[in-house]
Amino acid sequence: MTAEQILFLVAGVLLLVSAVCVVTTRNLLHAALWLVAALFGVAVLFALLRANFLVVVQIVVYIGAIAILFIFAVMLTRRELRDTGRQTRKSWWLVALIVVFISVGLVLVAFGIPDAGRLPAEMPQDLDTVSRLGESLVTGQEYLLPFEVASVLLLAALVGAVYAASTSSKKD
Amino acid sequence: MSIPLLWFLILAALLFSIGLFGVLTRRNAVAILLGIELMLNAVNINLVAFWRYSNPAQMAGQAFAVIVFAVAAAEVAVGLALIISVYRRRKTVVADEIDLMRW
Repeated sequence: MTAEQILFLVAGVLLLVSAVCVVTTRNLLHAALWLVAALFGVAVLFALLRANFLVVVQIVVYIGAIAILFIFAVMLTRRELRDTGRQTRKSWWLVALIVVFISVGLVLVAFGIPDAGRLPAEMPQDLDTVSRLGESLVTGQEYLLPFEVASVLLLAALVGAVYAASTSSKKD
Repeated sequence: MSIPLLWFLILAALLFSIGLFGVLTRRNAVAILLGIELMLNAVNINLVAFWRYSNPAQMAGQAFAVIVFAVAAAEVAVGLALIISVYRRRKTVVADEIDLMRW
C-alpha cells in the first residue's frame, strides 16, 4: 500500500458515505451539507489524478457556488416534508434492487475495459496541464467551439433562471 | 502513481448508482437535483481518470469535464429557479404533486 492508495481509499470511503447520506438524510439542509463533503471527496480524487485546474474549479464553482445555491433553495422551500411526511417513495426497496443490478452491471463493464488494471504513465515533466488546458480551450483546432457554446448556454440559463424566479412577474 | 484505473471506474460506478437511487426515490424536487449532482460528479471522475490514464498531453478529457461543470451549473440554476417558482404558486416541492401538465 502506497500513500496514494491509502489517500484514494480514504477519499473514496468519505465520498461514498457522504453520497449515501445525501440520498437518505431526512433533513434536506443536512443533505446539502453532506453534498459539500462528497464534492470535496471528488476534489481529492482530481488532485490524485493531477488535474490541478479542475481541483480549483471543483472547490470554487461546485462547493462555493452550486452547493450554496442548494442551501439557499432548501431554506426558501423548507417547512413541509421536514419532520412529517415521507421523504422517499413507498417503493424505494424496488428501486434499491434495480440500482444494485445497475451498479453490478457498471462494475462488470469497468472490468471489461481492456487493460483496466493498468497504472498511468509518468506525467511528462515539461507538461503544464493548466496552461495546456487553457490553450486548448481557445484554439480553433481544438475546443474553442464547444467552449463558446457552453458559455452561451450558461448565459442563457442564468437569464432564464432570473426570469423564472423573479417575484415581479405580472400575474401571480 | 500506483492506483489502477479500475479503482476509479468502480468508485465512479458506485457513486453514479447512489445518485440514481436518490433521483428515483426522493419525493422532494430539490433532493432529486442533489442526486443529479452526484451522477454528474461520477461522470466527471471517469472523464478525468481516462484523461490521466491515456495521453495527458491530449486535453479532451479535461475540456469535456470543464463543459460538464458549465452544464451542471446551468442545470442547477434553472432547476432551482423553477422549483422556487413552483413553490411560490403551489406551495409544494413534492415532484408528484407538480402535475399541472397532466391530462
